[in-house]
Amino acid sequence: MLLGLWLARDVKGVRAVMVAGSTALLVLAGYLTVTFLGDRAAGATDEMLYTASLNWFEPLHIKYSVGVDGISVAMLLLSAIIVFTGTFASWQLKPLTKEYFLWFTLLSLGVFGFFISVDMFAMFMFYEIALIPMYLLIGVWGSGKKEYAAMKLTLMLMGGSAFLMCGIFGIFYGAGGQTMNIVEIANHTGGAHAIDFAQQCIWFPLTFIGFGVLGALFPFHTWSPDGHASAPTAVSMLHAGVLMKLGGYGCFRIAMYLMPEATHELGWIFLILTGISVVYGAFSACVQTDLKYINAYSSVSHCGLVLFAILMLNQTSCTGAVLQMLSHGLMTALFFALIGMIYGRTHTRDIRELNGLMRIMPFLSVGYILAGLANLGLPGFSGFIAEMTIFVGSFQNADTFHRVLTIAACCSIVITAVYILRVVGKILYGTCTNEHHLQLTDATWDERFSVICLILAVAALGMAPLWVSDMINTGVAPIVDHIHATSHTVSTCNPFN
Amino acid sequence: MESTIFILLLPFLSFLLLGVFGKWFSHKAAGLIGTASLLAVAVLSYMTAYDYFFCTARTAEGVLPTLMPYNVHWLPFFAEGLSFDMGIMLDPISVMMLIVISTVSLMVHIYSFGYMHGERGFQRYYAFLSLFTMSMLGLVVATNIFQMYMFWELVGVSSYLLIGFYYTSPAAIAASKKAFIVTRFADLFFLIGILIYGYYCRSFGFEFDQAGFAQGAAMLPLALFLMFIGGAGKSAMFPLHIWLPDAMEGPTPVSALIHAATMVVAGVFQIARLFPLWIEYAPGTLHIVAWVGAFTAFYAAAVACCQSDIKRVLAFSTISQIAFMMVALGVCTEYTTGHHHVGSLGYMASMFHLFTHAMFKALLFLGAGCIIHAVHSNEMSAMGGLRKYMPITHITFLIACLAISGIPPFSGFFSKDEILTAAFAYMPAMGWIMTAIAAMTAFYMFRLYYGIFWGTENKELHAHHTPHEAPLTMTLPLVFLALVTCGAGFLPFGHFVSADGQLYDIHLDWDIAGTSIVIAVASIFLATYIYMGERQPKADALAEKFKGLHQWAYKRFYLDEVYQYITHRIIFAHISKPIAWFDRHIIDGFFDFLANGTHALSFRIRGFQSGSVQKYAFVFLLGTLALLTIMVLA
Repeated sequence: MLLGLWLARDVKGVRAVMVAGSTALLVLAGYLTVTFLGDRAAGATDEMLYTASLNWFEPLHIKYSVGVDGISVAMLLLSAIIVFTGTFASWQLKPLTKEYFLWFTLLSLGVFGFFISVDMFAMFMFYEIALIPMYLLIGVWGSGKKEYAAMKLTLMLMGGSAFLMCGIFGIFYGAGGQTMNIVEIANHTGGAHAIDFAQQCIWFPLTFIGFGVLGALFPFHTWSPDGHASAPTAVSMLHAGVLMKLGGYGCFRIAMYLMPEATHELGWIFLILTGISVVYGAFSACVQTDLKYINAYSSVSHCGLVLFAILMLNQTSCTGAVLQMLSHGLMTALFFALIGMIYGRTHTRDIRELNGLMRIMPFLSVGYILAGLANLGLPGFSGFIAEMTIFVGSFQNADTFHRVLTIAACCSIVITAVYILRVVGKILYGTCTNEHHLQLTDATWDERFSVICLILAVAALGMAPLWVSDMINTGVAPIVDHIHATSHTVSTCNPFN
Repeated sequence: MESTIFILLLPFLSFLLLGVFGKWFSHKAAGLIGTASLLAVAVLSYMTAYDYFFCTARTAEGVLPTLMPYNVHWLPFFAEGLSFDMGIMLDPISVMMLIVISTVSLMVHIYSFGYMHGERGFQRYYAFLSLFTMSMLGLVVATNIFQMYMFWELVGVSSYLLIGFYYTSPAAIAASKKAFIVTRFADLFFLIGILIYGYYCRSFGFEFDQAGFAQGAAMLPLALFLMFIGGAGKSAMFPLHIWLPDAMEGPTPVSALIHAATMVVAGVFQIARLFPLWIEYAPGTLHIVAWVGAFTAFYAAAVACCQSDIKRVLAFSTISQIAFMMVALGVCTEYTTGHHHVGSLGYMASMFHLFTHAMFKALLFLGAGCIIHAVHSNEMSAMGGLRKYMPITHITFLIACLAISGIPPFSGFFSKDEILTAAFAYMPAMGWIMTAIAAMTAFYMFRLYYGIFWGTENKELHAHHTPHEAPLTMTLPLVFLALVTCGAGFLPFGHFVSADGQLYDIHLDWDIAGTSIVIAVASIFLATYIYMGERQPKADALAEKFKGLHQWAYKRFYLDEVYQYITHRIIFAHISKPIAWFDRHIIDGFFDFLANGTHALSFRIRGFQSGSVQKYAFVFLLGTLALLTIMVLA
């Protein structure tokens, strides 16, 4: 459905096309959402709607099959918004504009492809498509130690994909080697049979870590601060906003959905790791001095919360996880956009060198405060509803192990407040002491437009969460039920139980 | 009752309008928009109150019904019985709070015309005031604990924004940050409390007759206690009070509205809202509330005696008075009303005191605002002898001082007397402690009063700039609040609010009332004796004599320093820094090591790929030999 658009667009690469393309994407995603909701309301009960399938590589049973459920619709909408605003945020990018947008588009192609794929292999391929442009975008258009950062990011993510590939083929053969289709494997149709328990225990960690690297799972998150810090604005936005969501989405859709027994058995290890991510990322963010580092660590903390929530294994927390993906995607994109704009003017991101920006660039400052407040979970913005859903969901697990982790995760909301307010107080408030900064101007129209769009999206999600939440739940519920239906065992190897 | 939705919508719309398009409005237009919407809110609140208290039929048991004109499903939680609803709930205490909030907020809106005249960011100021009013109103009419929490957070943010209104002043920035983080820390416990409550009782609602509570009974004391910690943060109970004195960096009308009359009583309101649960399931925990309240009341009163900044004195006085309300709730032992059931008198007394205190404390703060406006300083040393210059402020301030000291016929006397009666019924020791604190209250208030309006005039300062009475927009609210303070004590408050909703006539217990009047008058005389004269040799002598103690209290018992130490030294230096270091050097170092290691290794072994056939043949031969050997040996 979305395919024709990309192909037409890749050849050119000028702003007008970009705007037309991304607007079309946004409109299409909006249209998709509306029709999806309409069809669901009309009683469509299939797991995946609008499915289409194309034989691709017969011997390995690889098909290009697409389809969407509530989760992927939400993710597509998110990606469309971010690509749209990202286009405006990189409006003034000068050298090699055409090439830049080409790679940028390719990156979004990978992302969109990933979210609509139902075939494991196609999903993996789109995942790779999304990774490679990242290397070039950071390496060429980045700032600071860009080659190092680009290399590190690519190598770590590639390392993740190696795990992932093993995992995917493991699942494929473990389930009988007849189909790569996720729904078929999960439901044991189309020639697939249940993967036996011992095998699950091998492939589960591999796939989970493979996707977890992208989802900034502790201790595989270290590419994120360097990568974000060096990436150009729109790439940071797309990366933190959408690409990191691939991780959570993949963990949920492949690792957990296909291997429910192993999820029950080994989930606790990852739960501890994600719990660490949440608190650890927040504490690290408190002492950073580079704006982008602060945000990158904050992303580690928030994306940790996504993985944390899906491992809590109930409908509430998993819905919360998807909400958190949406909300974090929008908020971080907003944050990186603003940081990029501030950096573009002051040429520094060091919070010790910035102060009193409120008087000089009121629009950007107000935007920054709003982004900050959204990030620390101000009601009325999306962060609040996502976090609350996650916490309520996590709390439904009554044993001490889960309780302790939930409460630890709750603590992160206080630490978040500390680092956000620290930055706001330091760079925006006060009086400006740097004479060069006094002549700087406020945002231009394209920047304003992109910031306003993102703020509106964050606020809309925060004010009227009901329909999004319901839509996501239609996608989450079958998966969670599936995980619970096949296995009720309590983990035998968890020493904390 | 359908009109109640506008009580929330109007301030919200005015916030959006002023917040987004504020730049294009003149100061006057912005102020008028804010004030007009608040006027409408106040009128609607009074209409709702009239409707509710006088036109709504009581139930068969003589109880005012709980109405819910709106309640929508806002966010589903997909778990049994749990969802996040938004709505409006009217019951005696929420309607009472509507009156308090809209009245004080309206007065502050009018007052700010004069006080904030010509300030930069005037539109922003009114936008934030509207936001705050909306959030506070939303908090009190919440239909469930989660909605309450949501608006609770919003109130915290508006408070943050308003304290930091003068964003170029470092003190204001620090104060706003501190206020937000301290209350956020407390809110964490509130949130956990809510989660426990939701999990065990399978509901977030306020309908207390469900079977769910019985099954969650074992965990309810814990949940309620955690929520109380959240409330203690907002209501500045010891030891979470440290943000409130600093919050005085905000504009004075803001202090009057948020940090005296409305937001800081949210904690009290929260306990009152959940009162049926407290009394039923956690009476033991209620004792903790009482004693935390009593200690805070004493502590704050002691500090207030030694401060020299008039807003700080008022801030500590606020802490102390809110603690009175906490004590009143904490000393309740049963859930009935009537003359013989003093065990639940505290509930009514607490709400009554909340009502009267909001009025006279707002009056005090607004009066202080006029004074600061006139002399451009917060310090008492810049004041003295102001009664000649500012007659209206003087008289209204005196009325408020008499009210807070508990002198009849002003409102504070009646509500405080009910609290003392409840405290004596609970335990005579508690009664005497509270009486003593009431005496301290009278003492420090009159110390403040004499310091401002009597005493030595700072002629040097006044020569440059003669103090003058404030403009009409500022004195009008003072007069209005003073009138309320004179009359509010005679309200039959028990007819509106009581523990179980039954009609109840307030009656004075003259043994206790008499004692408290005598003691209050005595401490006023003591303050007069020490502070009224031109110079204050006695006060100086006293301060000299107990220098250590005086210094200790002046520095607020060094609690701020303790907190500073914990946050900066321990959390920043010993948790965050090492974690950041660990991340950069150990974890990241490990991956860098992997990459560099691979690089180095491939550098080493690339020699094997030499391209010379002889070498390959030689290695091939060696390999074959080795294989053969192994096969032979095996």
